Amino acid sequence: MDFGFTIAAYAVAAVLFILSLGGLSGQESAKRAVWYGIAGMAIAVLATLIGPGSGLWLMSLILIAGGAAVGYQLATRVQMTQMPELVAIMHSLVGLAAVFVGLNAHIEIGHVAEIFAANGLPFPQPEGPLSAEAYTLLGTLSNFGELIGKKTAVEIGILRVELVLGIWIGAVTFTGSVVAYGKLSGSSSLLPFKIDTSAKQLPGGHMLNAAAAAGSLLLLLLYLGGSGTWALLLLAFLGFFIGYHLIMGIGGADMPVVVSMLNSYSGWAAAAIGFSLGNDLLIVVGALVGSSGAILSYIMCKAMNRSFVSVILGGFGNVKSEQQAIEGEQIAIDADGVATALNEADSVVIVPGYGMAVAQAQQSVSELTRKLRAQGKNVRFAIHPVAGRLPGHMNVLLAEARVPYDIVLEMDEINEDFPSTDVVIVIGSNDIVNPAAQDDPGSPIAGMPVLEVWKAKQVFVSKRGQGTGYSGIENPLFFKENTRMFYGDAKKSLDELLPKIG
Amino acid sequence: MKIGAPKEIEPGEARVAMTPDSALQLQKLGYDCVIEAGAGVAAGFTDAAYKSAGVAVVKTAAALWKDADIVAKVRPPTALEVKKMREGQLLISFFYPGQNAALMESAKAAGTNVIAMDMVPRISRAQKMDALSSMANIAGYRAVIEAGNNFGRFFTGQVTAAGKVPPAKVLVVGAGVAGLAAIGTATSLGAITYAFDVRPEVAEQIESMGAQFVFLDFEDSQDSSSTGGYAAPSSPEFREKQLEKFRELAPEVDIVITTALIPGRDAPVLWTSDMVELMKPGSVIIDLAAERGGNCELTQKDERIVSDNGVVIIGYTDFPSRMAAQSSTLYATNIRHMMTDLTPAKDGVVNHNMEDDVIRGATAVHAGEITYPPPPPKVAAIAAAPRKEKAKELTPDEKRAQEVTAFKEQTKRQVTLIAVGAALVLAVGLIAPASFMQHFIVFLLSVFIGFQVIWNVAHSLHTPLMAVTNAISSIIILGALIQVGSSSVLITLLAALGILMASVNIFGGFLVTRRMLAMFQKS
Repeated sequence: MDFGFTIAAYAVAAVLFILSLGGLSGQESAKRAVWYGIAGMAIAVLATLIGPGSGLWLMSLILIAGGAAVGYQLATRVQMTQMPELVAIMHSLVGLAAVFVGLNAHIEIGHVAEIFAANGLPFPQPEGPLSAEAYTLLGTLSNFGELIGKKTAVEIGILRVELVLGIWIGAVTFTGSVVAYGKLSGSSSLLPFKIDTSAKQLPGGHMLNAAAAAGSLLLLLLYLGGSGTWALLLLAFLGFFIGYHLIMGIGGADMPVVVSMLNSYSGWAAAAIGFSLGNDLLIVVGALVGSSGAILSYIMCKAMNRSFVSVILGGFGNVKSEQQAIEGEQIAIDADGVATALNEADSVVIVPGYGMAVAQAQQSVSELTRKLRAQGKNVRFAIHPVAGRLPGHMNVLLAEARVPYDIVLEMDEINEDFPSTDVVIVIGSNDIVNPAAQDDPGSPIAGMPVLEVWKAKQVFVSKRGQGTGYSGIENPLFFKENTRMFYGDAKKSLDELLPKIG
Repeated sequence: MKIGAPKEIEPGEARVAMTPDSALQLQKLGYDCVIEAGAGVAAGFTDAAYKSAGVAVVKTAAALWKDADIVAKVRPPTALEVKKMREGQLLISFFYPGQNAALMESAKAAGTNVIAMDMVPRISRAQKMDALSSMANIAGYRAVIEAGNNFGRFFTGQVTAAGKVPPAKVLVVGAGVAGLAAIGTATSLGAITYAFDVRPEVAEQIESMGAQFVFLDFEDSQDSSSTGGYAAPSSPEFREKQLEKFRELAPEVDIVITTALIPGRDAPVLWTSDMVELMKPGSVIIDLAAERGGNCELTQKDERIVSDNGVVIIGYTDFPSRMAAQSSTLYATNIRHMMTDLTPAKDGVVNHNMEDDVIRGATAVHAGEITYPPPPPKVAAIAAAPRKEKAKELTPDEKRAQEVTAFKEQTKRQVTLIAVGAALVLAVGLIAPASFMQHFIVFLLSVFIGFQVIWNVAHSLHTPLMAVTNAISSIIILGALIQVGSSSVLITLLAALGILMASVNIFGGFLVTRRMLAMFQKS
């Protein structure tokens, strides 16, 4: 039996999902778009419950309700600074679910084969129309079993490839996301074990990954050749290992790419599972999510002027030549000095980075913005695409702190305005404002597009200390004549500054 | 060690090289301070003030020179003072070693070490001891004040009940430290200020101080980075063009402040007597280059003269000394910074490190040797301005041709991509059964739609995008829902777990997206 109604519902849901992603092109339409997504999901789940999934109604509903309760807790409690962690851990759930669903498909194949064998019928089905006995037998199976029972040998082969892909990608996504979560959350991680936030690999490095990938391919062939469950389980294990080891080797600053890559993987896993279940909606959504994540990764890589491969293989590329030595000294300034300059300035640009998120300083930044704007100054924010640990992370933090989004600008929109800016405040960012990217061809980040803050009349850098920051690259900006260092924890410094404005 | 400041004996010199404030700082470095009685009086620092800052006051200059291991002065030592110098003593003052070879010789003969404050190299690290800049800053300010004193009108334009007053027009020639200070002072008094400099790169600084840059359209303009930020002599053609421009401005401007100096040379004559004649009666010229001959042809050193057509020309050379309190404070601070660099251990003992760029550069005589001129500093003071290649103007034809080739390139790329893609899909179609291809079409189209849609997503919404894709990728719940009804217990269990995890994601993802989007607000 077919579920015409279910498929129609799936079509509606697919359209709603596409609209939901398309609506994210603007802040206002996005608020509507998310409802499209919710409606699409509701329609898809309901249609499945009524149609092919009608086996265990009550249990399904209870499980969904349970999941909803957990999800609600997560979503309402999370701090906006912890968004990268939340996104990462949620990817891991999708990955693990894909592994389970894929394993189920494998078990079901064995199960159906047994039933057919017990009834003395051939499995997989020979080419041509089904025999009458087989047809009757199919009627007694569950919906999914029926689907498998109809398949011919070639189709079963393809099914196996698909479910292996689903399991493998799902496995990589799962461990990769868990490691990414551990790295992003650092000391506040809820994991029972600690994950080193720096780039670390087992001896053997990428050879180990390559070996695991080759092993996976071998196991795939073995599995298709008929070896049983052990091959599949081993495959899943290798997937888990690759996910763990690959992400372990990537440092914290590359996390935007990693998280969007895992986002992409979770989509492809869903699509692969969709293939094996013959479910078009899963394929559509998987492909949408997969391509979305891929584009995000691409944008992030481009913003760092690095190839996707070099990010995934971990660490910054080899230093081509000696970095230029920096002459001069970092000149410190206190809150009074910054306040005087701000009170005199007409146009101010604030460049936030991960340091702002770490110090939880977004409320103070917002308060500063409000005060300056109340004085009629032109205050804007400049956001580099890879600022923070998640694409668009800074935008969300600023939005949370009630900074209006129309003064939060992208790099390309604001880079030309720096020469006419009086004061730039850099809060907790380093590499994204490093002039060496443009001036010093020997710098590891040479060629990366950066915010040209040094062209402003005056630059204040709020920074914890004199260190070189995450990537270990010296920043000549700190030594420029128009730069003053405002040392200290970002939040404390700003709170000290606030009463002096006005 | 003891550091002492004698009273300046040059007539009219009111500055002093040590103030009570700087003495306190010097004592922190471990030095004992002495001062000649009455040394600070002209600058407004009484002996009592010094005493309460812990400075020993000695009666005579002779006693001071005998007592102090380090002598800090403003002016170069006079013949009288040279006689008092002794072996191993360190003298810190303006010295002008380039012009004072004889003085250097006598210092060498006496065995005295000399640090010339005018030789501090112009690098960022040494800015805090750059006494020339701090004096020039004062001179620039004072020049405007002096001009105002001799100028019979307001600087700022006013409309009063008694009639309208036009604003004064000020021209500043040479935008070095003094020039920029003059520009700042003149504009803040309300004058309309023009400024000229041979180095086009200072245009930005001039404009930032509120003056209008007098633009001279000339091909071969200078790059001052090779001369440490100072101006170099210009070609005769350039000079002609420059004078022409000045002649054009002369009838308009009320006040001219000239600060043009080229290191190691006489001041260039930029304001000729015919320009003076063109000026309105009552106009004022302040020549800050008077010490070196003056930028104006009529300038008399240290004199205020009035030309035949009633233009006041002031050639004073002691502007900093006319503001002795301010200039002493700044100069004493410069000296104190120099001492800080000379005393890295803060133990009151001078460590004359000749490896240090700044100390080496400023030292004129050391250990019985004349060390002037110093080798060029290891770091360039100012990064060389990159030579800008002029973008070639493209003719419309060339532009068109370029566009066409670009278009062809793009077409080629796209067609190759499509061809390869199509070939791959066809290859899959050859082996895969029709039931698979039906799903495959759906997959391909979805990827395509995905790419089209996602490119339009605003950058600022990337985090919500990730959260929402996360939520909808939990569509995998459908797979689990379909499987959960299976007769196998293991399948049911795994599927149940799948449902649970996916629904966490669905609700969590959508809710957090809602939360985020609600926060985005327009101002």
